[in-house]
Amino acid sequence: MSSTSLTTGRSWRPSLPRRHVPVLATLALLLVMYGIGVSQYRAFSNIQVVFNVFIDNGFLLVVAVGMTFVILTGGIDLSVGSVVAMTAMVSASLLRDGLPAALVLVIALLIGPTLGFLMGCAIHFFEIQPFIVTLAGMFFARGMCTFISDSSISITDGFWTSMSQQRIGDPAGNFVSISVLIAFAVVLIAAYVLAYTRFGRNVYAVGGNAQSALLMGLPVARTRIAVYTISGLCSAIGGILLSFYTLSGAPLIAVGMELDVIAAVVIGGTVLTGGSGYVFGTVLGVLVLGVIQTLITFDGSLNSWWTKIVIGGLLFAFILLQRLIGIRFK
Amino acid sequence: MTAVAARLRPLTGHRLFWPALVLVVMLAANTVYRPGFLAVEVKNGHLYGTPIDILRLSAPLILVALGMTLVIATGGIDLSVGSLCAISGAIACLHISGAADQNSPATVATALALAFGAALVLGAWNGVLVAVMGFEPIIATLILMVAGRGIAQLVTEGQIITINSGPYRAIGLGHFLTLPLAILIALAAALLVAAFTRRTALGLIVESVGGNAEASRLAGIRSRRIVFLVYVISAACAALAGFMVTANVSSADGNAAGLWIELDAILAVVIGGTSLAGGRFSLGGTVLGALIIQTLTTTVYAMNISPQTSLLFKAVVVIAVCLVQAPAFRARLRRRRRGTEPGPAAPQREKEQVPA
Repeated sequence: MSSTSLTTGRSWRPSLPRRHVPVLATLALLLVMYGIGVSQYRAFSNIQVVFNVFIDNGFLLVVAVGMTFVILTGGIDLSVGSVVAMTAMVSASLLRDGLPAALVLVIALLIGPTLGFLMGCAIHFFEIQPFIVTLAGMFFARGMCTFISDSSISITDGFWTSMSQQRIGDPAGNFVSISVLIAFAVVLIAAYVLAYTRFGRNVYAVGGNAQSALLMGLPVARTRIAVYTISGLCSAIGGILLSFYTLSGAPLIAVGMELDVIAAVVIGGTVLTGGSGYVFGTVLGVLVLGVIQTLITFDGSLNSWWTKIVIGGLLFAFILLQRLIGIRFK
Repeated sequence: MTAVAARLRPLTGHRLFWPALVLVVMLAANTVYRPGFLAVEVKNGHLYGTPIDILRLSAPLILVALGMTLVIATGGIDLSVGSLCAISGAIACLHISGAADQNSPATVATALALAFGAALVLGAWNGVLVAVMGFEPIIATLILMVAGRGIAQLVTEGQIITINSGPYRAIGLGHFLTLPLAILIALAAALLVAAFTRRTALGLIVESVGGNAEASRLAGIRSRRIVFLVYVISAACAALAGFMVTANVSSADGNAAGLWIELDAILAVVIGGTSLAGGRFSLGGTVLGALIIQTLTTTVYAMNISPQTSLLFKAVVVIAVCLVQAPAFRARLRRRRRGTEPGPAAPQREKEQVPA
């Protein structure tokens, strides 16, 4: 199977493939919003503003990449926010107990995928809806957070603080944190896996039509379980990045994050019924959310709840767009 | 042994058997742990006791879950109910707090009408998105779930609106005929929905739309109208629940009111045996499911475990109940137990697409 697109010839317009339109629309929206910001606020054109969007949303980006895999197969993962919090919590408490940083990293990175693997098994073998299974996963992970500690634990470990404070930048004073580089690495690996590997093709095939994929002899079980494991891994990485960012683990951090993540993926042009979407779109979706927050912060007179209303409005606009373009939609 | 099993089969095969068993086991475990658990006493002409508390606190969840049951029966899902609770509560409290006499029944009635009307409009918005524009239900209602919290905070301007209104408070904490008013409202709503769906053809129509919307349309059912209707009903139920939640604390908090109630409601529906794929529903199961969730919460509080940690227990119960009811899991168990018994032809419903 080649890596070129599998669309049939008739619906294919050579100039602009229809499946690219949502991503391009997101890109246009992002540019327009950035343009508005630059024209309204002088400080907005500072390149550091862009870097800050990445620094503040690096963990969101990583988690959204994992969610993209799950949504591409037509599933959903509600547990991501809680798994992020649980990972941060576990790392903080283990570090407080004096474990070496490397060991803590390994343990923290194993918890998320394990939970994801178990959820994937429950979804595939027992045919329980992903919504319910990952909801239980969300409850479990959030419960574990408070089980570990009722209050937030600060991190004083040397490795963590150096990762948190390390600035990589130019002499002009613009910088990014290490978290941003990790997030970029995750994005690149995910984009490569989805576009150029057999596994990536399987993900699209299962999302397009699981029954057909099964009849074609594709490993549906393995793919389905793998995407939830990947989502768990991405949540775990996101949790580590969040603990770098806040230098603490708090039981109620990242509550409701799954909604932001799903919104980012949808705004990025991935269809919720699966089978169509790109990691690059997800990156744009996260950036749109980040720029909205930055705009509202710059404005100062708008209140934080406008963020939610605007995100809701954007969700509506983008689904309407997908509907109008007529991408495979049930 | 087999004779007993055979005699019990009609009972264990009933769709409400497992949820009812879970509820009974939880109540029994509570009674063992705390002998006074089931005691109900009369004080000032009102009934008091833990069972009454469970009933009273589960009222908002029962209401939301009733609407959710109908939505899920059509193969949809309504994520926006929590936000609708917050919006309706916020509008009602805002109107009452601005009135000269907060205790006047007219003020409260106007407030309730305003908030109820707003909720119906938002429910109609959901209905239009799903039924007319053909959006995926989970994403159509996600819009209002995200934006609705913002709207609720917009209404309260980010503050917590406190009110001091006797009639409004009564919705959450009042008593009528020795029983809490809240549970009577929930009961009335349940009976009303049951009467309309099970004593008329409406329930059958809802199930047929959930089974196959296109086939129902060809059979002469106005599928779109039914789908639109269930989202409006769900919003109406959410509004009532919102009044109760805010009346319980006499204040409206755009952020916290009805937070995660949509997830609990979906759980209640699923625990009650309604399939998320749509096509059939059980109102009795939903009420049982809501009672199970509230009993679990109360149990955990009584054991002095922090509310957040109670989520751990919830996760275990959810997975256990769902596994027991999952046809795939039961088939696996049966195969392992005895290879010979074909088992009572499990009503395995094959559907191509399940939401989410």
